[in-house]
Amino acid sequence: MTDFTLNGKPVSTTPATGERLSETLRESLGARDVKIGCNAGDCGACTVLLDGTPVCACLTPTQQAEGRQVHTLTGLQDDEIAARLRDSFQDFGAAQCGICTPGMMVAAVALLRENPDPTTEQVQDALGGVLCRCTGYRKIIEAVLAVANPASALDDPVGHTGAAIRRLDGQAKVEGREAFGDDIATAGTLEILVIRSPHARAAFVLDDLDGFIAAHDGVKAVLTASDIPGQNCFGVIPDFADQPVFAVNETRFRGEAVAAIIATPDFIRQFDPADFPVTWEQLIDAQTIDQALDATAPQLHAGRKGNIMCGGFVKCGDPQAALDNADITVQADFTTSFVEHAYIEPEAGFAQMVDGRIEIHACTQAPVMDRDALELILAMDASQIRIVPTGVGGGFGSKLDLSVQPYLALATLKTGKPVRLTYSRTESLQSTTKRHPAQISLQIGAKSDGTLSGFNFFGHFNTGAYASWGPTVANRVPVHASGPYRITDYRAETQAVHTHCPPSGAFRGFGVPQSAVAQETLFDELAEKLGMDALEFRLKNALDNGVPTVCGQVFEQGVGVKSCLEALRPAWDSERAKAAAFNAENEILKMGVGLAAGWYGCGNTSLPNPSTIKSGIRADGTVVLHQGAMDIGQGANTVIAQIFATALGVPVQQITLIGADTDVTPDAGKTSASRQTYVSGNAARLSGETLRADILAQINAGHNARLEFSDGEITVTDGDQSHRIDLRQLPTDAEGYAFRAEETYDPPTKPLDENGQGIPYAQFGYAAHLVVVTVDTALGLVKAQKFVAAHDVGHAINPMLVEGQVQGGIAQGLGMALMEEYLPGRTENLHDYLIPTMGDMPPVETLIIEAPDAHGPYGAKGLGEHVLIPTTPAILNAIHNACGVRIRHLPATPARVRAAILEARK
Amino acid sequence: MTYFAPDTLDDALAHLDTTGMSIVAGGTDFFPAMGVAPQAILDVSRIKGLRGITLDNAGWRMGAATTWTDVINADLPAAFDGLKQAAREVGSQQIQNTGTIAGNLVNASPAADGVPPLLTLDAQVEVASARGVRVMPLSEFITGVRQTALRAGEIVTAILIPPLPDHVRAAFSKLGSRKYLVISTAMVAAVIGYDAQGRIDHARMAVGACSPVAQRLSALEADLIGTAPENILVNATHLTPLAPINDVRGSSEYRLDAVAELIRRTITGAST
Repeated sequence: MTDFTLNGKPVSTTPATGERLSETLRESLGARDVKIGCNAGDCGACTVLLDGTPVCACLTPTQQAEGRQVHTLTGLQDDEIAARLRDSFQDFGAAQCGICTPGMMVAAVALLRENPDPTTEQVQDALGGVLCRCTGYRKIIEAVLAVANPASALDDPVGHTGAAIRRLDGQAKVEGREAFGDDIATAGTLEILVIRSPHARAAFVLDDLDGFIAAHDGVKAVLTASDIPGQNCFGVIPDFADQPVFAVNETRFRGEAVAAIIATPDFIRQFDPADFPVTWEQLIDAQTIDQALDATAPQLHAGRKGNIMCGGFVKCGDPQAALDNADITVQADFTTSFVEHAYIEPEAGFAQMVDGRIEIHACTQAPVMDRDALELILAMDASQIRIVPTGVGGGFGSKLDLSVQPYLALATLKTGKPVRLTYSRTESLQSTTKRHPAQISLQIGAKSDGTLSGFNFFGHFNTGAYASWGPTVANRVPVHASGPYRITDYRAETQAVHTHCPPSGAFRGFGVPQSAVAQETLFDELAEKLGMDALEFRLKNALDNGVPTVCGQVFEQGVGVKSCLEALRPAWDSERAKAAAFNAENEILKMGVGLAAGWYGCGNTSLPNPSTIKSGIRADGTVVLHQGAMDIGQGANTVIAQIFATALGVPVQQITLIGADTDVTPDAGKTSASRQTYVSGNAARLSGETLRADILAQINAGHNARLEFSDGEITVTDGDQSHRIDLRQLPTDAEGYAFRAEETYDPPTKPLDENGQGIPYAQFGYAAHLVVVTVDTALGLVKAQKFVAAHDVGHAINPMLVEGQVQGGIAQGLGMALMEEYLPGRTENLHDYLIPTMGDMPPVETLIIEAPDAHGPYGAKGLGEHVLIPTTPAILNAIHNACGVRIRHLPATPARVRAAILEARK
Repeated sequence: MTYFAPDTLDDALAHLDTTGMSIVAGGTDFFPAMGVAPQAILDVSRIKGLRGITLDNAGWRMGAATTWTDVINADLPAAFDGLKQAAREVGSQQIQNTGTIAGNLVNASPAADGVPPLLTLDAQVEVASARGVRVMPLSEFITGVRQTALRAGEIVTAILIPPLPDHVRAAFSKLGSRKYLVISTAMVAAVIGYDAQGRIDHARMAVGACSPVAQRLSALEADLIGTAPENILVNATHLTPLAPINDVRGSSEYRLDAVAELIRRTITGAST
């Protein structure tokens, strides 16, 4: 028996030997505000106060709490510092997905109690043990600093588009009430343990499973491929679906599932997966692109000869002739590594049977795609499957794919009982999708006046064992590899290559960040050879209204890349002058300034991509928005509501949000490809406009009439006329709506021909980043000192959220540039796989450019992915500017940078 | 399954002598390495007298369960500045608040942040069992990667640091790919003293994460004596005790190259 005080109340618990305080708090004592991200002290999400001192609950034996005071975030509800911190976190947008927020806030409360007015460095030291993957940390630092020196609160009373308002769903996050994937199941629910391949490629035999079940009391069932009623196959792109729920006979990557145990929590805690009855035989594998392309390589999939899954191609003009006629050419090869999404919430969920239907509560970016995939796996009609997304503790592309969902569904079907499954950090790293490693060869030419003359790009992308979003990467990259520039003679080809690695999938930018590394760093080399300023060279070749892209697409308006580049000019001049002065004084530490631009097409490439948004007015006057665009931290719940409120003409605070749920909310498509603000935003605008038109039509009011919703009535003021609509007198539909509107928007695109010519996207967003770095030339250490980021978002629906996306994307680009490298079997935790910490992200100055898009809602463009595309090449250009070396193999770790410096001195 | 958290050392040793138990103090290395939970755990964090730093004629005594935060907050002479700097670089403040100095030693990671500065302080390790107490130099206590001289039935009870000359100063440098929560690629600790002419008259240098066990660089120490800091030359012979590996954090060549630079910086850091 262990007795202690939890959040001011005495508690008594009987922990097992080796039980972590985090588990006790969550499972025995109901403190689900304590989040578990790694179980190794690497992420700090489980930070609690033990006698007032911050500790990782996952590293604390529960018995050590005996006789002591434990506080979690919810226990600080009445704490004055915590209350100010909650407001501050809301005003700065310091909570995005919210999974790190309890740990961050608890650590911040401890700091502010000791030190009410800390410095930035003290905040970093105190909160540096908590990882965040969404915000880029600076908003969190600002929010903590502002507790002592409050800034003005965000209190726009209307909150229409253009207004920086607090997140509408933010209060639950800062109070620790948001329920994520692992927060739904009640304690004691049966758990699932997935048995995974220890080898990249292995033949295997499942031994005596019945004997295993019989020998272990806690085991309720074992799932294997033979338990799948439908297809043992899934994939996000139907034509390429190839991934088994459970491998049969042979595994294709380390961490692939072969079976799953359904058992009591006590059994799972004590069970070593190595004791599962399976016999492995390791087979020769091919884990790199070169190995997989070798003529003798094992073939991963029948029908994909040479391990080549698919390719992409765009061509215009005569690139070879243009290169031959160029005055200057540059050419180089580049390689990038697997990058892990590393959201702080591992995949998690809960499932149960309800009236014969399956109900799955899990973190996801694409609830309807999840349902469609399960329909095939379970051989069950879609009407029998309900997907209720939980809070999503970060996604960035990987939670578009199925992870826990099929195991949850099969387990509840098999047992008839509620089940839960939460991936360990290692499982999450081993088995979920990654950013494609790329091997790129690029040659670019230019005339002596700086005009681009010929561009020839070839990229192999390591797509891993299964297709996932590999075809999308293969198609997107050739369209985007030009960057936002006018290139008349262009060729870009990609191939997606299967290897015995985890599937590569969607990760913020779908391959474009990799191609931008090659293009934007070679642009710097070209400019240097031409003796041109790197900014002027880009401006000379930048796209503009009326200028065709490499796909032959011409935009009459909204091409904002020149404005982005121009916006950097003051910093480009002043920061380079500062760097020159610094370098004159310093021998070992060198400062450099780099820039890069980027673009990104919003939505699917030349494919249908609709979103549907439903709204309604209840008889009591409540305005309801069925907001099905998954908010994974980026802010869709707020942005879509702001757009809808603007269209309907009501203050956004009056709207009641109903989230994604396949039973009650229409499909707003997947949260990917930076499409939600644009596509679902348009559907919300249409829904709001229709609802408004229907209300006005009821009383023949004019377009500009003002609507006011109150209890049971709508007051419509049209000039000096005022009308009352008594909602309780109107008939309501089955959902209780007196008025309702359901509208769909699908971006206007056109197919690409065999040369990639056509209309791939209805809109692009544009960006340009400048970064200042220092390079410790003796140690190879690169430290980013400052970013200036210009983003053309068309129209900033919520400028505070725009800044949040920009800063968070930059942090991911920084990680990709300097430290992130997933190596199967070697970096399967968050102390070997490194992402930036609070001490690694410098201040970011965000410059919002608004070149309205013809199709975007109120001119708005997508943003999520654009933000990390220029970051990595800008850093690489800055490293070169600082110390003269070109890093072409990512990440630019200290060892690689130092080796390049030594090589250059030879 | 038992969890035993005794108040006295005698109780702990009596228990440890009769059963095979896993020992936990701060838990910061224990839990990450734990697969299936052990059958029995001895929690040493409540043992009276095992935590805290004291000074007597024999020198400094750091209780085994002294946390890194305790080290940071302790009133210690300048010779301990390297140890304090290392303490601030251990993981994060959450880790420093519970991770213990002896835990860092018995975990015996080649990249243990505490080992190089303790080597430069000529630290000794006091271990106790029901059979008695023995003391050995830290350099003999850690015998290999994840290996120590600790025998069955023994626990570490204290780190002992002999009296140091009044005039020495210390510094510590850690090289990693990010600011917080980072395992060292290489690290250097120095305890340096200068004579009235500004020449080095006391030198203790140690390097971590560049060999299975952190190493003192005795040839370098000998060459430093009588040298002015601006004349320090680090040569390959000085680094012969090191045998760095290639891993995700860096190549062996890089580590050796970086260590030479870190040595110069750390000596400079201990001079100001």
